[in-house]
Amino acid sequence: MDPVAAKYIGAGLAAIGTGAAGIGLGTLFGQFLSGALRNPSAADGQRGTLLLGFALTEALGIFALLIALLLLFGV
Amino acid sequence: MAAGAGHSPIEQFVLKEYIPLEAFGFNASFTNSSLYMVIAVSLITGFLILSTRWRALVPTRLQSISEVFYEFISSTVKENIGPQGMQFFTLVFSLFIFIFVVNLLGMIPIPGVTITVTSHIVITAALALMVIGLVVLYGLYKHGFGFFKLFVPSGVPAWLLPLLVPIEIISFISRPISLSVRLFANMLAGHIALKIFAGFIGLLLGAGVWAVLSPLPLALTVALTALEILVAVLQAYVFAILTCIYLNDAVHGAH
Repeated sequence: MDPVAAKYIGAGLAAIGTGAAGIGLGTLFGQFLSGALRNPSAADGQRGTLLLGFALTEALGIFALLIALLLLFGV
Repeated sequence: MAAGAGHSPIEQFVLKEYIPLEAFGFNASFTNSSLYMVIAVSLITGFLILSTRWRALVPTRLQSISEVFYEFISSTVKENIGPQGMQFFTLVFSLFIFIFVVNLLGMIPIPGVTITVTSHIVITAALALMVIGLVVLYGLYKHGFGFFKLFVPSGVPAWLLPLLVPIEIISFISRPISLSVRLFANMLAGHIALKIFAGFIGLLLGAGVWAVLSPLPLALTVALTALEILVAVLQAYVFAILTCIYLNDAVHGAH
């Protein structure tokens, strides 16, 4: 197979990982919301943890995007 | 790729040398990345000195902005490391405010000059290695070889240890990698996405009848810029809080 074509196919496959990050983020925010709606007074105290969890989960999706970008632009 | 008039979205990350210098065979030129780091440090120093000039007990508006930053990092450090964590306060504060300002400066588009300093892996790797180096060295200084008890969680049956300890060591080694790549990849991917969608606006405008659709990528670019500003601030916060969590491991030893 032509190596350039293989690179593009690889980049497309790598970008599927960003969808997995979407699943994780949806779970995270959904659980936070369901907990916050049951106990609204405790919700503000956990906002820091929520943002930390968001950034850590998003990081893994961005790692997948990074692989795709490296394949496309970084040889 | 979506390259209008030959501009690729990768071009924005190329360094431009303003003052070519050489040190021990390494290219140590003053680039636009160095310029932005100098601008960031001058802005931070100037703002902090100016805003606390009068040291009023009841803060003025400018002083209360500095106090918000101070209080935010101070409470994060105390929550995650405990009261003896305040010896690391200046480090965490410097990391947070430097990454915060440098990320936001990269969002101001000046054609041909703007570069996001943290969108180069060498910068984020240097910061992450400094943090992890501090964690290891401080842990060894404080606990001696007891620092390696960090890799042996308490309450684990002895037959499980040969499996668990290598996993713990690998997960510790992955900390500087994930710390640096998280910040780098967020900045890189965000700016590439911004340039690609901005390129779409021009492409649509130049395609005759499809020009009526061009407000769509414009709206998307505006929304993406707002998201990128949020990510810029958030990544600085995440770097600072992960630094505090790793330092907590060094200060308080095993689990």
